[in-house]
Amino acid sequence: MNIIEAPLSELKEMLDNGDISAVEIVRAFRENYERDEREELPLNGYIEFFDDAEKAAQKSDQVRESGDPGILEGLPIAVKDNILISGHEVTCGSAILEGFKAPYSSTVVERLRAEGMIFLGRTNMDEFAMGSTCEYSVYGPSRNPYERNHVTGGSSGGSACVVSAAQAPVALGSETGGSVRLPASFCGIYGLKPTYGSLSRYGLVAFGSSLDQIGILGRVPDDIALVLSVAGGYDPNDSTSANVDFSGIYPLKRMKLKGKRVAIPVEISEEGVDEEIRGKIKVFSDWLTGMGVTVEKISLPVLKLSVAIYYIIAPAEASSNLSRFDGIKYGFRDTTGETLEDLYVRTRTRGFGEEVKRRIFIGNYVLSSGYYDEYYKKAMEVRRLLKGRISELFTKYDFILSPTSPVLPFRIGEKVDDPLSLYLTDICTTFANLASIPALSVPLGLSKKGLPIGLQIAGNMFEEEKLLRVAKLWHEESNF
Amino acid sequence: MVKYSVVIGCEVHVQLLTKTKAFCSCENRFGGIPNTRVCPVCLGLPGALPVVNRAMVEYAIKAGLALNCKVASVTKFDRKNYMYPDLPKGYQISQYDIPICYEGYLDIESDGSTRRVRIRRLHMEEDAGKNIHLEDDSGLSYVDFNRCGTPLLEIVSEPDITSPEEAVSYVQGLKEIMLYLEISDCNMEEGSLRCDANINLHIEEGGEVFETPIAEVKNMNSFKAMKNALHYEVERQLKEWREHRYTLKDFGKITRGYDDRTGKTILQRSKEEESDYRYFPEPDLKPILIPEELIREIRQSIGELPREKRKRLISEYGITEKDAKILSSSVALSAYFERAAKGYREPRKIANWVITELGGFLNSEGISIEECNLPPVYIRKLVELIDGGKISGKIAKDVFAEMTRTNSNPEEIVRRKGLSQITDREELQRVVKGVVEGNPKSVADFKGGKDHAFKFLMGQIMKVTRGRANPRIARDILKEMLEDD
Ligand SMILES: [Zn+2]
Repeated sequence: MNIIEAPLSELKEMLDNGDISAVEIVRAFRENYERDEREELPLNGYIEFFDDAEKAAQKSDQVRESGDPGILEGLPIAVKDNILISGHEVTCGSAILEGFKAPYSSTVVERLRAEGMIFLGRTNMDEFAMGSTCEYSVYGPSRNPYERNHVTGGSSGGSACVVSAAQAPVALGSETGGSVRLPASFCGIYGLKPTYGSLSRYGLVAFGSSLDQIGILGRVPDDIALVLSVAGGYDPNDSTSANVDFSGIYPLKRMKLKGKRVAIPVEISEEGVDEEIRGKIKVFSDWLTGMGVTVEKISLPVLKLSVAIYYIIAPAEASSNLSRFDGIKYGFRDTTGETLEDLYVRTRTRGFGEEVKRRIFIGNYVLSSGYYDEYYKKAMEVRRLLKGRISELFTKYDFILSPTSPVLPFRIGEKVDDPLSLYLTDICTTFANLASIPALSVPLGLSKKGLPIGLQIAGNMFEEEKLLRVAKLWHEESNF
Repeated sequence: MVKYSVVIGCEVHVQLLTKTKAFCSCENRFGGIPNTRVCPVCLGLPGALPVVNRAMVEYAIKAGLALNCKVASVTKFDRKNYMYPDLPKGYQISQYDIPICYEGYLDIESDGSTRRVRIRRLHMEEDAGKNIHLEDDSGLSYVDFNRCGTPLLEIVSEPDITSPEEAVSYVQGLKEIMLYLEISDCNMEEGSLRCDANINLHIEEGGEVFETPIAEVKNMNSFKAMKNALHYEVERQLKEWREHRYTLKDFGKITRGYDDRTGKTILQRSKEEESDYRYFPEPDLKPILIPEELIREIRQSIGELPREKRKRLISEYGITEKDAKILSSSVALSAYFERAAKGYREPRKIANWVITELGGFLNSEGISIEECNLPPVYIRKLVELIDGGKISGKIAKDVFAEMTRTNSNPEEIVRRKGLSQITDREELQRVVKGVVEGNPKSVADFKGGKDHAFKFLMGQIMKVTRGRANPRIARDILKEMLEDD
């Protein structure tokens, strides 16, 4: 089997059998990446492919020889450029972090490294993960491997791009309102947004702290399970991390679907949803019905509010989280002014892109005295209500099903100047972040024009395994 | 004459003496080479997350209970957003609408009577770093983040304070309690206790009351500075009222900094420049549940507070106010005293020995009362030896020195060294006789009317007995002998 197209499970087997080495694996991905770099329109999934990846692979091969390989020994992964890897730059796709080298590693990276995983490179993203297309990166947009003039989706567009284009078998992304699922859907792969607290946020550059979660993108559900099994679980450095144990979920066991119940909320699956996408959802739900699953349309009106409250809560938290980028301690600094105020204003004016500034303004506005009650406080109340409704729903249903995106991947530049219509691409995804539940984007196949379509399955808190097991059955069935 | 009253409320910041910082595991200590006591968390590096130091929460509860506060059963942290180079995250983790403790009070003495100052709230927050501005032509500034993340308590009083003197005794009262609870060293010069005071005047004129603009006075780095600053502010506000008749409605709140060199306060900020801190709940930390059980445990650990202790020591042992104040400043010291004095008929003497002699000894050795191994009962035995006429006060000091050196029983020392007083008349008569016979010149001098000769002869008696002669009896015998002739 071809290295770059093999799932982790097969690479692992080949390594175990001594058929290939970690060095060969890294070289294969590097070659594929470099080949693409010579294309007329490179995919631009990586901001940096690490020069030291091969060295790490050599070490890993030595470890294997010495007879004590880790669970992920020699297996490679790409990492979104907002997750800290000690000694490597971390830019969040922003000019303001120019030249900033991570002085420590995130918990998730530490855990993967401890089990022998090799980091291939840093992937492109919307600046500070604010965006749905991966166009708001100071390094330029990533391109959709299915159609290079189309967006990858965002904000973890680079991660989805490199996994989809076989430049990495799996990748870490991050979610605040759909940033893993949307690009996974646009690039035709699987993307898991775990339950809030399933993976430590320590070392993930914060955007909306109460919503942020590291996610995993892969071409097969088992690969995601394997990474989750090592990276997930309680971290004393993250007070919001949960006491869960994923160590036993890989390999994913088969699931009996018969008797399961699935809800499809009409609010996010009908009006405004592309016809072709609705058609594919129908195929999937028919498959479920055929397996003995009860699929029911339901109405959950509060879902209509999720984008509105998301675009209050996330910018509010972001405006505070991004205050630290002030030109004083690290990254870019504009020293052309005279006063401290000049330093702040000029550094941030030049260092941040337009979308980031837009969200900082929104965030500061909704938190300012006199408006707090009207916006932030009210949004938090609606969020509590939404959480309550969702958890009620899970007393009757096992899964919530919907499209991942209401629209097909669109052309680069098509919506870049229309923030409101971009915000609406998040309509199907944000509720999972707001309700802290896990959700998985599942590739359903291609549109007539050859663009990927994805579906979202959301489950109750900490039921990542259940989502992945359904996906595994679908994956075997669909073979997409 | 303008008739007015002074209204003061205090905001006091106290640095807590926890081993580690508020939200990370960096050592919590004053000073150090700049930027050496730091980590990703207290430096606010991208991706770093805070973890609540449990000791900080317990200290806060302790302080709150000692200040008669209610303790919230659920509390939370909030972000106070403002940008300043010494604040690396661009926000301070603080507490906004649900402080950990609230609605307490502190009783203070004012003009011989007791006044109650209500405490509105007590909350936890983290300290910022320090900006260092080079005093040369470079115009460069540096930031030292060592102090960043040091746990603080902010204690906010109601505006119940009516004079600069009361403000000082309020803050002294807080300091006494913090020291007693051993949760802060309350060093105003080093900044581990900082007080800002909100002050204005209520002026009565023509049956109406006018409020002058409130000034928040900062940068008062000693109790003396506090008194001066607030007196200055009273005069300044009076003058301003006479000249301009500005009221609170005209100006709201202003911020003024005290300058110790000039003794004046200087305008730092008017209301228009006030920043909006955009508080919101800290999403990186979960709310803290405080179980009743924990509150009960902490309450029990506090015991008697300095003020109550002082009152009790005075009434129970009859010691002076001054001694009571010293003894009640530390739990260990007062416990030591009480163990020594329990059941003894003259506790004042014991207090004196504990404070003067033992205190002096501890001081010279540079050790604390907790480190002192001398059993309290030995102090009582020593005083008993004096009161029982077994040894003189002078000998007692030697015994004390020996006692602290060897940690042995004073009775034992007196016996072993043969230090007990000679009270036996016959024995003393022999001694006196010898001295009188051996110093005929002095005897003659005395008889010739030179009184100092008597002192010399007494000295000789003491010399011969190595200080053991009971001075009263010896004196009587000497007198008798000299007069008999
Ligand atoms: Zn630290």
